[in-house]
Amino acid sequence: MEHYLSLLVRAVFVENMALQMFLGMCTFIAVSKKIETAVGLGIAVTAVQVITVPLNNLVYQYLLKAGALSWLGFPELDLSFLGFICYIGIIAAVVQVMEMFMDKYMPALYNALGVFLPLIAVNCAIMGGSLFMVERSYNFPESVVYGIGSGFGWALAIATMAGIREKLKYSDVPLGLRGMGITFITTGLMSLGFMSFSGLSL
Amino acid sequence: MSSAVKAVLTKPIIAENPITMQILGICSSLAVTTSLNVAVVMCVALTVVTGFSNFFISLVRNYMPSSIRIIIQMAIISALVIAVDQLLQAFAYEISKQLSVFVGLIITNCIVMGRAEAFAMKNPPVVSFMDGIGNGLGYSIILLLLATIRELFGSGSLFGMEILPLVANGGWYQPNGLMLLAPSAFFIIGFVIWIVRTKRTEQMEKSEFRLAAHTIQEAAH
Repeated sequence: MEHYLSLLVRAVFVENMALQMFLGMCTFIAVSKKIETAVGLGIAVTAVQVITVPLNNLVYQYLLKAGALSWLGFPELDLSFLGFICYIGIIAAVVQVMEMFMDKYMPALYNALGVFLPLIAVNCAIMGGSLFMVERSYNFPESVVYGIGSGFGWALAIATMAGIREKLKYSDVPLGLRGMGITFITTGLMSLGFMSFSGLSL
Repeated sequence: MSSAVKAVLTKPIIAENPITMQILGICSSLAVTTSLNVAVVMCVALTVVTGFSNFFISLVRNYMPSSIRIIIQMAIISALVIAVDQLLQAFAYEISKQLSVFVGLIITNCIVMGRAEAFAMKNPPVVSFMDGIGNGLGYSIILLLLATIRELFGSGSLFGMEILPLVANGGWYQPNGLMLLAPSAFFIIGFVIWIVRTKRTEQMEKSEFRLAAHTIQEAAH
């Protein structure tokens, strides 16, 4: 139990997807102008992350890993080079299915999050989560915890960023720095703040 | 080379740089810039993938139904990235270990998808290829600039060779550890955008609010 808790805290704070790993930056910068949209996107990313990371974990363990196909009678097969295309396929499929499911059964949520769902398929944080899971060879329960943690960490970062930017738009920023420039510098400061978690372990 | 093709190739390098102008593709670019060696490999990989994905997508652009075009683009891009990744693992194993997941993340790099969607879907293969290479070079310039600054001031070396003699080795330079950490990348790219936009005022963003005047003289204007 302690192991999973420590993994969760690490995924949220120490290895924050957006601020320490630079993942999902394009969306992070583009969609962090309003708190509401940022929170919506954060929830959508967390939801997709929680589903795709464990799913990709299963695909990797039972289909792609060296020797994983021994249950089919191919003990020497190593399909791990097909990894990228499988993970992105699964991510795209999950996003598509989620979109249709929400459209049918949760129209209110669909109206709030629907516009972000296509964006999520190409979000590096989602793909990055799956790739880190493979690289660090997490098992299934660990991948669930990592999915929750990394998704929530990203959501936390973008929501905080949107809060800062909502105030920042009233401030007198030098002309050339206005918009993107000051957003990056703010992100840098936030990242510096998150570094104070780096010694954290449970 | 005709001038139109040349413009397609050179425009994205500075005037319409995908990173400073459109804020595309920074996802992966910041994490690999702590050393110049790794950054160069990443640049080559991304430029090759962007060029060829534009080329192949443009070849099949008239045959794919628009409802499934994203999936087809993704399949083409991931096939190219797999090829690049396998080549790196075969010929540059050390560097591919350092790049870890970031080669795989070229698939979701916004520059590749963005150029495929915005340019390759509407233009013939050769021009699209040039556009891909041009955008890859634009990305590379920023990446190499970041990597040069970070490696030079962070560890006093370039390509692993010592340029500024370190205190630890009996020299005079005390390395700035912050340069090797995540925040410095954000700061540097912020400053690069500031410099580029001060030079090229057409890239500046309009402010959402008019500020109240600071002084009476200003208010009189």
